[in-house]
Amino acid sequence: MSDKPTIDINYVAKLARIELDENEKAKFSAQLEQVLDYFKKLSEVNVDGVEPSAHAHSIYNVWRDDIPTAAMPVEEALMNAPAKRDNQIVVPKVVDEA
Amino acid sequence: MSQEIYYKKLTELDEMLDKSEISAVELLKEFIGRTKQIEPQIGAFISFDESRALAQAAESDKRRASGRKLSALDGIPVGLKDVIAVRGQKLTCASKMLENYVSPYTATAALKLEDAGAVFWGRLNMDEFAMGSSCENSAFLKTKNPWDTTRIPGGSSGGSAAATAAGECVVALGSDTGGSIRQPASLCGIVGMKPTYGLVSRYGLAAFASSLDQIGPFARSVKDAAVLLGTIAGHDPKDSTSVKIDIPDYAAQLDAGALSGKTLGVAAEYFGDGVDAAVRKRVEEAIELCRSKGANIKEVSLPHTDLAIPVYYIIATAEASSNLARYDGVRYTHRSKLADDVISLYTKSRAEGFGEEVKRRIILGSYVLSSGYYDAYYLRAQKVRTLIRRDFERAFESVDAILTPTSPTPAFKFGEKTANPLAMYLSDICTINVNLAGLPGISVPCGFTPEGLPVGLQIIGKAFRESELLSIAYAYEQAAGFSDAHPNL
Repeated sequence: MSDKPTIDINYVAKLARIELDENEKAKFSAQLEQVLDYFKKLSEVNVDGVEPSAHAHSIYNVWRDDIPTAAMPVEEALMNAPAKRDNQIVVPKVVDEA
Repeated sequence: MSQEIYYKKLTELDEMLDKSEISAVELLKEFIGRTKQIEPQIGAFISFDESRALAQAAESDKRRASGRKLSALDGIPVGLKDVIAVRGQKLTCASKMLENYVSPYTATAALKLEDAGAVFWGRLNMDEFAMGSSCENSAFLKTKNPWDTTRIPGGSSGGSAAATAAGECVVALGSDTGGSIRQPASLCGIVGMKPTYGLVSRYGLAAFASSLDQIGPFARSVKDAAVLLGTIAGHDPKDSTSVKIDIPDYAAQLDAGALSGKTLGVAAEYFGDGVDAAVRKRVEEAIELCRSKGANIKEVSLPHTDLAIPVYYIIATAEASSNLARYDGVRYTHRSKLADDVISLYTKSRAEGFGEEVKRRIILGSYVLSSGYYDAYYLRAQKVRTLIRRDFERAFESVDAILTPTSPTPAFKFGEKTANPLAMYLSDICTINVNLAGLPGISVPCGFTPEGLPVGLQIIGKAFRESELLSIAYAYEQAAGFSDAHPNL
């Protein structure tokens, strides 16, 4: 980690798929750089040979019996979709025409 | 015992229902009246469904009348944080993104309450997607602290804490990712508990940070919290992180003599400069009271405590950036009208639907996971999480539980920390380690500041030893006697 953390707000907003206005960009950059500066104390800890924890208690390979059960009806599964037609969700065209 | 029916404990109300001194419908009407009377001052409810609740109460009366009572919760009005799904009801997560979302299914914890006969009274306010420590991040309304309505109730489950403290429901469920049950319980002068990670199913809980989230009870006594926890705990095949263990009758196992002979740890790391003087004094008095009731007090060291804030805000935001990717304008109600292609459908829908703190955390989470920063932030945070867990494992070799303040300060004023995210993040300093280590923690009232603001004692227990933790909390509560203090409303 470098001395003064910086954040490329345009790049990260693109990764996060959130459109930010200029005010938000300036505000979040300043606030998050302050937060990242505070995070620097993590780099002072010796973590050589320490296993990372993804969870507090390790659980491996949770299986359950493959018993068929009734699925949620399509109408209910789609009831919160903002645009739908013929039991499918409508979205803008994703594939360009050749 | 309180005179007002709305301040009575669950266990007292169950007895009154048993003796037919009141019906479930009459009881619910008391709470409906109380809610409508004081909601203009408190603002704990995002929504409520009066007719459905009345129908549930009427069913309960039929059961009790015919000797088919389901449990102590049968006919008891229970509030739910608006992050727990109930089929056919709105589930907003206090976000514009989900303002019109209706759950197509019911969360396992809520289903267990229904099966126990509970009456759902109200969907309670919170910080948007459970991100915050003051409830000020709700997209819909401001919840006030019932003890001082110029102050915040804590967060993120501020609505659940305020409604329970103000007598708008008997008990409530919240969720706790970094202190979101214990901190508001402490600030509102009631009991709040985060169970061991894996004790309560997360199925139907809108996800924030999946390796930390846990549903738990709010109540006006430890015994009521024990009843509620016993009802919602247990393995669920729908949540692969829920654990297969036997759930004892926590309420029946409570032991008022539990402090005698116990060894309780006190860690200097939890009494640093950031802890308010009045909070420190009340917690030290609580520790002395435990000693006078026969507990051995032992100093323990949790040396990685001060790293909890960076570790938590890296892991939680990373997980949130992934979990909240689902709100993309395609499936979950809100879609921008300005979108002209699929990418702008995502970016504009998210820009319109999310509030400021949610955007800030998704950006931070995306940053710490991004190429070039992953090792320095996310992977390193996961390793330090291991060190934090080991601190507790070592401490628990010689103590039965650990006593700390729940929150470093009493309830603060509205707007005091909203301009400075880091200052807000630091208000979770006493609670987040417990989530990182997956342990159970409970906040119990331990007195008031000179201004009359409640202070909470946090008791941290061993993993899956809820029964022992609840007994220690119960024994302290019985000795301290703060559970009959209520705000004047």
